[in-house]
Amino acid sequence: MTSTTATAVRTGQAAARATGLNKVYGEGETRVVALDDVSVVFPQGRYTAIMGPSGSGKSTLMHCMAGLDTVSSGSSMIGETELVGLKDKQLTKLRRDHIGFIFQAFNLLPTLTALENITLPMDIAGRKVDQRWLDTVVDTVGLSGRLSHRPSQLSGGQQQRVACARALAGKPDIVFADEPTGNLDSRSGAEILSFLRNSVRELGQTVVMVTHDPVAASYADRVIFLADGRIVDELEGPTADSVLDRMRRFDAKGRTS
Amino acid sequence: MFRTALRNVLAHKGRLLMTALAIMLGTAFVAGTMVFSDTLGQAMKNSYSKSYSDVSVQVTDYSAGSKAGSRDKSGRGSAKLTDATVKQIAGLPGTERAQGVVSGFTAVADKKGKLIGEAWSATGSNFVPDASGQDSRYPMTEGRGPQKAGEIALDKEAAAKGGYHVGDTVRTAATGPASNAVLTGIFTTGDPQVRSGGTLTLLDTASAQQQLLTPGQYSSITVKAKPGTSETALLDEVVKQLPGDGNGNGNGSRFQTETGTTLTEQQTTMVAQQTDSMKTMLLVFAAISLFVGIFIIANTFTMLIAQRTKELALLRAVGASRRQVTNSVLVEALLIGALASAAGLLAGIGIGAGMQALVGSLSSGMPTGPLVVSPTAMIVAPVVGILVTVLSAVFPALRASRIAPVAAMSNGDQPASQKSLLIRNIIGSLVAGGGLALVAMGASTGDSSGRLPVGLGAALALVGIFVLLPLLSRPVIALVGPLLSKLAGTPGKLARQNAVRNPRRTAATAAALTIGLTLVSALTVLGASVSGAVDKAVTSSMKADFAVQMANGMTMTPELAAQIGKAPGVAAASPLTEVYWDVNGDTSPVDGVDPATVDQLIKPKMISGSADALTKGQILITSDYAKKSGLAVGSVAKVSEYSPQGKQEPAGLTVGGVYESNAMLSSVLASNTEVTKREPDADIRQVLVKGTDGPTAALQQAVKDATGSNPAVEVQTKQDIQDQFNKIITFALNMMYGLLAMSVVVAVLGVVNTLAMSVFERKREIGMLRAIGLDRSGIKRMVRLESVVISLFGATVGVLLGCFMAWAVNGTLESSMPGLATVVPYGKMLVFLLLAGLVGLVAAIWPARRASKLDILDSIKTS
Repeated sequence: MTSTTATAVRTGQAAARATGLNKVYGEGETRVVALDDVSVVFPQGRYTAIMGPSGSGKSTLMHCMAGLDTVSSGSSMIGETELVGLKDKQLTKLRRDHIGFIFQAFNLLPTLTALENITLPMDIAGRKVDQRWLDTVVDTVGLSGRLSHRPSQLSGGQQQRVACARALAGKPDIVFADEPTGNLDSRSGAEILSFLRNSVRELGQTVVMVTHDPVAASYADRVIFLADGRIVDELEGPTADSVLDRMRRFDAKGRTS
Repeated sequence: MFRTALRNVLAHKGRLLMTALAIMLGTAFVAGTMVFSDTLGQAMKNSYSKSYSDVSVQVTDYSAGSKAGSRDKSGRGSAKLTDATVKQIAGLPGTERAQGVVSGFTAVADKKGKLIGEAWSATGSNFVPDASGQDSRYPMTEGRGPQKAGEIALDKEAAAKGGYHVGDTVRTAATGPASNAVLTGIFTTGDPQVRSGGTLTLLDTASAQQQLLTPGQYSSITVKAKPGTSETALLDEVVKQLPGDGNGNGNGSRFQTETGTTLTEQQTTMVAQQTDSMKTMLLVFAAISLFVGIFIIANTFTMLIAQRTKELALLRAVGASRRQVTNSVLVEALLIGALASAAGLLAGIGIGAGMQALVGSLSSGMPTGPLVVSPTAMIVAPVVGILVTVLSAVFPALRASRIAPVAAMSNGDQPASQKSLLIRNIIGSLVAGGGLALVAMGASTGDSSGRLPVGLGAALALVGIFVLLPLLSRPVIALVGPLLSKLAGTPGKLARQNAVRNPRRTAATAAALTIGLTLVSALTVLGASVSGAVDKAVTSSMKADFAVQMANGMTMTPELAAQIGKAPGVAAASPLTEVYWDVNGDTSPVDGVDPATVDQLIKPKMISGSADALTKGQILITSDYAKKSGLAVGSVAKVSEYSPQGKQEPAGLTVGGVYESNAMLSSVLASNTEVTKREPDADIRQVLVKGTDGPTAALQQAVKDATGSNPAVEVQTKQDIQDQFNKIITFALNMMYGLLAMSVVVAVLGVVNTLAMSVFERKREIGMLRAIGLDRSGIKRMVRLESVVISLFGATVGVLLGCFMAWAVNGTLESSMPGLATVVPYGKMLVFLLLAGLVGLVAAIWPARRASKLDILDSIKTS
């Protein structure tokens, strides 16, 4: 196993990297360029937010870099592994062992308990659960008392915390979160966001989050802005205001053009 | 609303495919059965009506000849149809021609000495030449008819099968020793029995009488009327010419006299009865397939409506009434039912035609005719198909109407909570419990009086268990849980949980298999129990090394029996005679044995008294019979030979012993001396033989040789007897399996359907599993295992239920089949379960493929 020592923050080394990434849908008249020569690095131990208006390609970028979608050209790497050209089986294994996922619509298995949902990726891999790490993660998300509950017995916020714990439980090299607060009320959303930030700061995890909410983005260390399939800007140490400000300029541009 | 329904059918074509297939198969089964039996019936009718075209009146002596049963013979008087009778009838003014017909069993051997055709349809008759030396019934294609002893003619088919040509020597045998004859001619005939594969041997009249009846005797007389004389008028005249029965009864009272028209009608009725009973049996199996189909259709609509909750709620929100929602679902069912039934009808006609061709090619003698598609079939099959579909959709449709309009506004997630199963479980427990109690009660009666409670109870128990299936699914499937997780890891665990997550759906899917497996295993256990009883009876009661009998179970001549006893190496031999006597006012079958050798040949297990009593002219009775009749050792039974002329003076016979009931022996055992004293030509059913050196092949050959290598004689070991019974049972079982296969096919469609829908509903989960690292084969394994678990669940319940039912049925058969005990062939049951598992695997092929091919991103995004 090539898992990184999670607690050691090795800032600077790339957890994931895209170089000259292109993604094109359709052909001829219906040709749509979703990603246009995108190059980006997600360093280890950092919390990065990807922002942009709808249709900017932010979700596509995440999907391509997480090995969920194929690219038209370019290179996409997780750690030292090149995703482009990998077969489905290898991609599946890579996702299982090195990537954590958090989706907008919690995506838990209703038949499993919270704990079973959390350990699901390891169970699939047939890997032993690192009990101490698991306890830490469960404590951090504050689910200790509810591990035997089924998803239907949990609130939306609790369900998403289970999803977060699942993404982290396997000590992945990188966690991709797709609009993790999209289905939550603002209080539950805030809990999830601080949890993600803590997992980066205290547990040394790497998180990439796609969002369209400036407040959510402000929890990140860095924000990347996408428009029309290109990276148009980035912001270090964002605040909700600065992000909103930047977003307004897209709107203005959209209105004038 | 009609347009909505139509749109829905079109929109869900794929998902409705399995339902439509299920309906189609059921309807095709119904239509195919009707077309096939109508066609066959018509063809047989045509073929039979031809065979009586030359007969105006027929007089038959049913008690004459080797084909008469021992019951007929026991009741016969002394009168016979003779040459004199024929002459008298021929002399009547209305008679154009009268022919005395001799008919009886005659076997023909092929060149290797083996019987040609089946013993039951091997017939011998007399050749009656007219002035030109021809017999219009049997036109010769080669050679001439037999004219004197030692000459025979064979029907074309038999000659071809035996490889015989005119001039060859042919070995034939009636019930006596076999003899050789020269083949003088080969003929064709319209006789339906010959056309359907039987053999017909013609002899000159004198030889035929000597071999098949007694010299000068006829088994029937056929009379053709002169033009202008009606059949009934001739009949009246003919009856006056017939001899009385010698017991003071009127002319012809012991002969059957019929006009040609009546005979044709009787044949037609018989054919209709035969085809009707075949049709009924096939329709029962068609009904089972349709019944299985009900579960699938109901399940499909339930799932479709659950998936469409939002849509239906929207309809309600924009102003559709409950009735309209219900109707839209029912119209949808009607459309599918109509389409599938129409396809089923066409397929059924195809099946009917195919069956007809198949039967025609398998046995060349089967009558064939044009395909008959009756209006009944055209109407019944589709109506049944449509009714079944619509009725199955009633409950789902009602449920659809209860969807609240507000459901349109809720988010798309399936409601997680399910309606409580409490009421359903209470009803199920009551019905199943009541049914099982009734069955147990019926089974304990031990005789046929238990049939009604067992039948009723079985039906109730089946319904009750179906109602309870959802409740049962959890614990039963939990049993295999640990095994699944161990064998297949996470996919196994997920499969098990998916299988129990919607108990109603799992139950409805499994029920389809439960029905089939219940029937299959019940039949199998019954078959095994019956053959077990036979085996036990043979091994426990037969001490003889060989049983010699005619291949078709007919009587043997005493000469043949005597010759067998004289074969070299025979230590003891006894004919086993069978007669029907009136014992204390009831007709009873009575077996006769030679008391001197009986202890070496059969060993009735004596409960009281002694088998030696037979030598003293006493009788032995079974324990069951003793109980029924109230007779015991020492009591005197009033015995008289059964006779249609009323009671003969009964003679008292003392009961000398009581033996344990046994499937091989009748309920009363007497000595042959006693039997032949009363009935000189009693049926000889078997000759039991004990060898000096045991059951050696040499002895078997010696016995066979002693019969003159009679092709119709079987020399059977105990094993042969057991095998013969087992073969019959196996054949019956295989036929049932074949017919039930259709309902299993329908059940498989149901499993496919449920899985496909489940995969569709769980698209998002599957996408997520793929995203977090379950590979395609893992997804496939998960779906396949779910299918196997559901199938095994249905099969297990079915097998258990089937064994229970068989046990109950055995209980009601105990009295008519002594020594019957329930035998469960565990190996076979295991095979059934394995097959059910395989069925699950096969059913999952397509849904599993679909699930594994789902696009991850697409699936995750669906809400």
